[in-house]
Amino acid sequence: MTDPLLTVEDLNVTFPGRETAVRAVRNASFTLGRERLGIVGESGSGKSTTGRALLGLVPRPGIVTAKTMSYAGQNLLQCTERDWQRLRGRRMSMVMQDPKYSLNPVKTVGAQIGETCLLHLGMTRKQAAARTLAMLEAVRIRDPELTYQLYPHQLSGGMGQRVMIAMMLVAEPDFLIADEPTSALDVTVQNEVLRILDDLVSERGMGLIFISHNLTVVSSFCDRVLIMYGGKIVEECAARDLQNARHPYTRALVAAAPSLDIQRTELATVTRDPEWLK
Amino acid sequence: MIAVDDLNVTFHNGGRSIHAVQGISFNVAAGETFGIVGESGSGKSTVLKAIAGLVPSTSSVLEVDGRPAARRRSRAERRLLQLVFQDPYASLHPRQTVDGILREPLVIHGVADIDDKVMAAIADVGLLPMHRFRYPHQLSGGQRQRVAIARALILRPPVLLLDEPTSALDVSIQAEILNLLANLRQSYSLTCILVSHDLAVVAHLCNRIAIMQLGKLVEIISAADLRSGTVTADYTRELIAASRGFTRAPSQNQVVLS
Repeated sequence: MTDPLLTVEDLNVTFPGRETAVRAVRNASFTLGRERLGIVGESGSGKSTTGRALLGLVPRPGIVTAKTMSYAGQNLLQCTERDWQRLRGRRMSMVMQDPKYSLNPVKTVGAQIGETCLLHLGMTRKQAAARTLAMLEAVRIRDPELTYQLYPHQLSGGMGQRVMIAMMLVAEPDFLIADEPTSALDVTVQNEVLRILDDLVSERGMGLIFISHNLTVVSSFCDRVLIMYGGKIVEECAARDLQNARHPYTRALVAAAPSLDIQRTELATVTRDPEWLK
Repeated sequence: MIAVDDLNVTFHNGGRSIHAVQGISFNVAAGETFGIVGESGSGKSTVLKAIAGLVPSTSSVLEVDGRPAARRRSRAERRLLQLVFQDPYASLHPRQTVDGILREPLVIHGVADIDDKVMAAIADVGLLPMHRFRYPHQLSGGQRQRVAIARALILRPPVLLLDEPTSALDVSIQAEILNLLANLRQSYSLTCILVSHDLAVVAHLCNRIAIMQLGKLVEIISAADLRSGTVTADYTRELIAASRGFTRAPSQNQVVLS
């Protein structure tokens, strides 16, 4: 980790409301190298909004401000819509949570993945088809030729998630945001999908932001973890040290999860302190 | 309390038939909490629905409290068990207030002192009197699941069937609901069946656990066996390994955080 791929300083995302504005992300600062960075937090903690802000995908009327937000030397704050189009899909992409809602239901798998090749890589249709098949094979889909012709509703959850990963990786971006990529999957399938992501990080030297609410997965999969609460990064630690985290919120989250190793008669509940947001 | 022997459920869809539950047998003693785990499509929820009489099934024995649990049930038989569903956003009537939701079973069964019972049920699940006339959309996910539990328990059934009661909730809220269930189980002396895909949740609440795969019962083990890993089936072992978190190499058995 010499040069950070991504530098974020003082990121704020605000959604103006009638009376008060909702501050979805508050003064978030972090860097990402060629590593697996986890972001954990509960629903509404701003973890997905952080991911979207990095790709310029915060929906209106959301306002994104930051002191610095740069990716491989490029200032993301001054990107025009045209610049974003050149970056997104080509240099950076995002895997969404649920393949059921994130794939185009009226296009075949092959056409959807191929589109990226045609659009970003300037390939011919034939090259695009070949590359799509190779990519489907890379995410360990058993029968790429068959899957190529299927529509999203004909795929199982695990297959759909692999198709999404294939689509996001076909242009070989060097920065990927995975937003709860395995939450909709069974545990055994979840590990297969994680293994694919893991190989891509170590083989291609990709930077990965892994957003999840599952502490077990994050602590075993990521290198570093950011813990978000109410839009604020309350703690940053090495993933394997998550059990020994210092912040009371992180500690409470760890204690609230039932565990296969320790029998607890009662689970700890989280007592929230308004001080945490100051 | 619950006896199931050779339970089969087949769904017919056009010309295809799907044998969703294939010859499952188990017994649940009074006061016990029995867990069923498995992946999507293993038939675990269908077993619950068959016991509740929500899907047609065939079996040599299907009994709740010593009485055969047929598809058509008398009012008294229906009072024996209640269900709590997975998604509290989908399982509560959006146009009814908490009061209306809790009142309905009491009215159907002609119970007296409805007002007092509704207030008591609200207090029992840790909600406040001010929540009584709210609509589900005015409540958080955890509060809604509390309402669903209150509705299930308001007729004081001896058996409670729980279908993934916490999988739509955040960890901290899940902890609150699991604690609530553990307390209510004691104070209402309930017999429970808990269906979940989360081994840690099942190990936390249950005494014995059935592992299901593709409609079949793989094995029945105790919670202690699940924790210590003393299991016979490879599938169970695989499931336990997968729930303990990500491992770099498939075969490598490294120690990971819980």
